[in-house]
Amino acid sequence: MTTIESTPDAEVTAVSDHDADTSSMLEPIAGVFTSTDHKVTGRLYLAGGLLGLVATVVINVLIGVERLDGVDTVLGFEILPQLLDAQRIGLVFATLLPLAMAGCIAAVPLQLGARSVAFPRLASAGFWMWFGGAILTTLALLNNGGTLGEDADAVALFIAGMGLMAVGLTASAGSVATSILTTRAPGMTLRRIPPFSWSALVFSIGVILVMPVLLGTLAYLFLDHRNARTGFGGNEGIFTWAGWIVSQPVTFLFAIPAIGMLAELVPVVFGRRMPLRGVMFSGLGLVGVAALAGVTQQNIQNLPWSGDANDVETKVRDLVPFLLFNALPILGVLLVLLVVLQTARPDDSTRFNYSPGVLFALFGFGMILVGMLGNILHAADDLDLQGTVFDEAALLYVVYGAVLAAMGAIIHWAPKLWGGKFSSAVSGLALLGVAGTILAAFPLYIAGFLDQPAGIAYDNDDLLLWNVISLAGHGLMALTVLGFIALLLGSLRGDRSVGDDPWDAQTLEWTTTSPAPRDNFVDVPVVHSAEPLLDLKSASNDGSNA
Amino acid sequence: MQALPAAPPPAPQRQMLVGTSLAVVAMIMLTGSMLAVWALQRREAIDTTGSWLPDGVTVPEVPTNVILIAFIGICVFGQWAVWSAKRNDRPHTVLALGCTALVAVLVINAQAFVYVRMGLGAGDGTYAAMFYAITGMFMVLMIIGLVFTTVAAFRYIGGRSGDQEILVSHAIYWYAMSAIFAAIWFLVYVTK
Repeated sequence: MTTIESTPDAEVTAVSDHDADTSSMLEPIAGVFTSTDHKVTGRLYLAGGLLGLVATVVINVLIGVERLDGVDTVLGFEILPQLLDAQRIGLVFATLLPLAMAGCIAAVPLQLGARSVAFPRLASAGFWMWFGGAILTTLALLNNGGTLGEDADAVALFIAGMGLMAVGLTASAGSVATSILTTRAPGMTLRRIPPFSWSALVFSIGVILVMPVLLGTLAYLFLDHRNARTGFGGNEGIFTWAGWIVSQPVTFLFAIPAIGMLAELVPVVFGRRMPLRGVMFSGLGLVGVAALAGVTQQNIQNLPWSGDANDVETKVRDLVPFLLFNALPILGVLLVLLVVLQTARPDDSTRFNYSPGVLFALFGFGMILVGMLGNILHAADDLDLQGTVFDEAALLYVVYGAVLAAMGAIIHWAPKLWGGKFSSAVSGLALLGVAGTILAAFPLYIAGFLDQPAGIAYDNDDLLLWNVISLAGHGLMALTVLGFIALLLGSLRGDRSVGDDPWDAQTLEWTTTSPAPRDNFVDVPVVHSAEPLLDLKSASNDGSNA
Repeated sequence: MQALPAAPPPAPQRQMLVGTSLAVVAMIMLTGSMLAVWALQRREAIDTTGSWLPDGVTVPEVPTNVILIAFIGICVFGQWAVWSAKRNDRPHTVLALGCTALVAVLVINAQAFVYVRMGLGAGDGTYAAMFYAITGMFMVLMIIGLVFTTVAAFRYIGGRSGDQEILVSHAIYWYAMSAIFAAIWFLVYVTK
């Protein structure tokens, strides 16, 4: 618009061809900024998560290079404490959470047969708050902020940025949870919702429970840091009081959609209805027990293992709270695995319809499970693993595992989100990714047992080997991520004629066109089982046979 | 492949009610965690120095008690709005929402009065920083509630009188705020 009070006719005359070109270029951008379409918001979270993933993998590589010399700095950085902060914040807040939220916001309404997410503006505002908070946090870290920063203003900015991200993620989680509870298609009871949607419900309720606890703590930390600095230990107190949000077991809560992804894809691959859905739902719910870590603001629940060996009562008293805190999420994962194996059990009706997404989801699931098992060892006092790099290894397993599962989700739903399909070469990246995860994390488990302290410096030359292997693992992960992004960009520009149901799937999102239209469905379908599309295909087959 | 049979477009199932309930859960988690940390720091301060409240600082009990009583009024007015709307009693619904907003403003005013009377600076130690953090968070929630009341009133005045769900959600919000302030009142203003 060239003048403020021009008539529409005058505007047409005044707008030159160049202006028209600029306007048509800006329209899609403005559309993305102001859109309330859940698929756009989901794609924004996805782009943000992938950006965060790239940055975090680079940070991990830099930390790995620094660890090549346990005594002196290799790269000559003066911001090593900020690198360590950026690693944890990047893994959890810039990668794990936005990728999980991307899947929930983009795919869940489609799975539910809903035309939109509930409170779409809230979901969108949540993204922009998260994005703004991520930028503020990054700026703070670049300006000597963070938990060990020396610039007071930058430290305060770091706390404020974290708070803004927490508010944004809570807003988006509220939108997802409300969608699942209120916008399901007719006939779709909670027992009939797809496994991924159930995992999204557990995840989003967990975020609603946990993020406000972080926000309250950050409010105290902010005011204390800006003023007296007597109650919370100054800068170092930030990690003491708020570090639980970037540690196990609360990260298990954020990885729940990744676990749900395997349960979502296995029935599709084997073309069978999932048995024991209640057990699978209970399993995913049990992983949500990880929210206890957030509610109690603890990142560790020690196993004191006190008393005489014959004192069974004392042993049981030690074990029960420890297992409730640390082992229930693992029990949940094992229940999901049980149902997955039951679904894949060969019989007369079994067929195998390979989709690359399931390979990513399977590897991701396995990596998360290894991270969970590591966390149990980390919490046992007698092993002396606290304060070592063991905790970082468990975090890497969980986050990189969740990243692999998120890649599986992107491959699976790409036809609905942008009408594209990944090249078959993407399967190789799953192998590269799982190799990268194991090489990056497992050596740090060993280094933890060898007492390598958390951080960068160490004084034992025997540890160098494990750090070199870990660096190689981060390098492989970087290649995986770059390769995946390249293939993703290829799918955006490639053949768009993928069909409405390219995976021969079972759930409602595959009844609409690819890519899904603005309001998802022309007609909202009625659901009679947990696999409505399978019902329809069975009915069609019966009809044609008759 | 046949198309799945189409259902009539479903009406949103109490979205506002469920959304508000989830928001209330988040608010309770927020305040609960802050009060838990408050109780922890208070106990540690008493164990080490023998006192938690800084010397020379007095908690003005009258305005804090008035705020607690005012919340009873807010709950009554919020429920009155629901009751009137269900009977299509437009004047009383608007009056009830107006009264809710008025008392909410009074609560904010009373809290500001508490700040003035206590005369604490935010840099006057751990107690002061935590006091302003927790009461500041309460003030933010009050302002959100006031905005909620205003939006509900304008929607009702604007003709959406059939949409009573927002009024029920609005009442739930204020019930939750009353419980939250009762907890703050007991831990921060009574036990000190």
